[in-house]
Amino acid sequence: MKGKFLMIYALGIGVSMFSAPLFAHHGNAAYDTDKKITVKGTVTQWIWSNPHCMLQLDVTDDSGQSVHWIAETENPSTMTRNGWTEKSFKSGDQVTVTAIPLKNSRPVGRIIEVVTANGEKLSGIRVPQTGSDSPTAYPK
Amino acid sequence: MLRRFVALGVVLAALIFSPLMRSQSAPPQSATTNDQVAAPAARAIDGWGRPVPAPAKDQKSAPAPHHDISGTWEPANGALDGLGIFGAKGMPEDGKPEHQLPFTPLGLEALSRMKPTFGPRSVLPADTNDPVVYCDTQGIPREDLNQLRTTQILQTPSSVVLLYQFGKVWRVVWTDGREIPKEPEPRWYGYSVGKWVDDYTLVVQTSGTDERTWVDHVGRPHSADLHVEERFHRVDQDHLELTVTLDDPKMYTKPWVALDRFPMRLQPPSFDIREMICSPSEIAEYNRLIGNTASDKGTQ
Repeated sequence: MKGKFLMIYALGIGVSMFSAPLFAHHGNAAYDTDKKITVKGTVTQWIWSNPHCMLQLDVTDDSGQSVHWIAETENPSTMTRNGWTEKSFKSGDQVTVTAIPLKNSRPVGRIIEVVTANGEKLSGIRVPQTGSDSPTAYPK
Repeated sequence: MLRRFVALGVVLAALIFSPLMRSQSAPPQSATTNDQVAAPAARAIDGWGRPVPAPAKDQKSAPAPHHDISGTWEPANGALDGLGIFGAKGMPEDGKPEHQLPFTPLGLEALSRMKPTFGPRSVLPADTNDPVVYCDTQGIPREDLNQLRTTQILQTPSSVVLLYQFGKVWRVVWTDGREIPKEPEPRWYGYSVGKWVDDYTLVVQTSGTDERTWVDHVGRPHSADLHVEERFHRVDQDHLELTVTLDDPKMYTKPWVALDRFPMRLQPPSFDIREMICSPSEIAEYNRLIGNTASDKGTQ
């Protein structure tokens, strides 16, 4: 079943709604932290590894074109604390991914939340913009 | 005029975000609720499939044992409190005047060569020269200042051994009275000796660290003359505080406190520390799929 394409670009106007994505190794310079997107698609691979887990999915856009997306989280150790496991997804699963997009508009995102076909929600990790506070789970 | 503009911006933001906010605030549709996510320890499992123990709140701790910091410790204010992604938690690189480090001219020049992936000087993933990204080990003091996660401490009659989750690395602090070598061959983790200054405080001195390591995640530099003092203070049975002070006259005009009484909490003896290994093959795969794409270098 083809995933229904749904993409919402939301510009932060006046108020910054999101904090920087958390990269253990790799910073947030590539991400547009004032935006978020939502895509709905079919999982092709779930990579449970360091430095960051990666959820690959095929998304069908409004023109019927299939677009391959990759959405990343933190490492397995961190994600385990949020209830994620190596078995959270399998190929063929239908998921809705909300993520922070790349500045260059390539189909890669930083996961805020994933909703599975049965409605289960898995939250990503967010961090403040400064080093004074601690990271927390989305949503906040 | 400005007020009107700001008000308009807020209204527009509210309108644009309202569908998203509605979807995020929808009632939970399964056993996985937002409340559970907010308290992830309640349902997290360890590598053995067992629940990760949640910290016992409002439980009075027993007095600290003498000359003993052994045990498995986690950041007390959340497992990610020691990430230090904006640099040393005591002096994050955030532009605040009180966090400006006392760089020497040489220190500033060295700083300018560092290309971190976080902070105001951050670069794209493919452009960084952060040694940790390429699986170089963190060394001391970065082990304390970046990715300080679950840490197991073992004690023997002559040493204290620290096992760090990040990178799955360990180091030895000698407590047998020896002194740091006068002209040490540089090592990633340097040479560490420890001394109990009272019944509850172990002070560790480290020198001889490899200049290739960064002080923290935003690339604060150090020279071969770096001297690190770590002060492990056991507050009570369940709590440990770590203070880290750096002294490097070549790079900084005066010593500075990089970590100030960072709190850690004792975990049950059965606590399983999950692996966090920097695997070159996994890094390569990450860069192929995301890092290069994010940096407009190559394709998926």
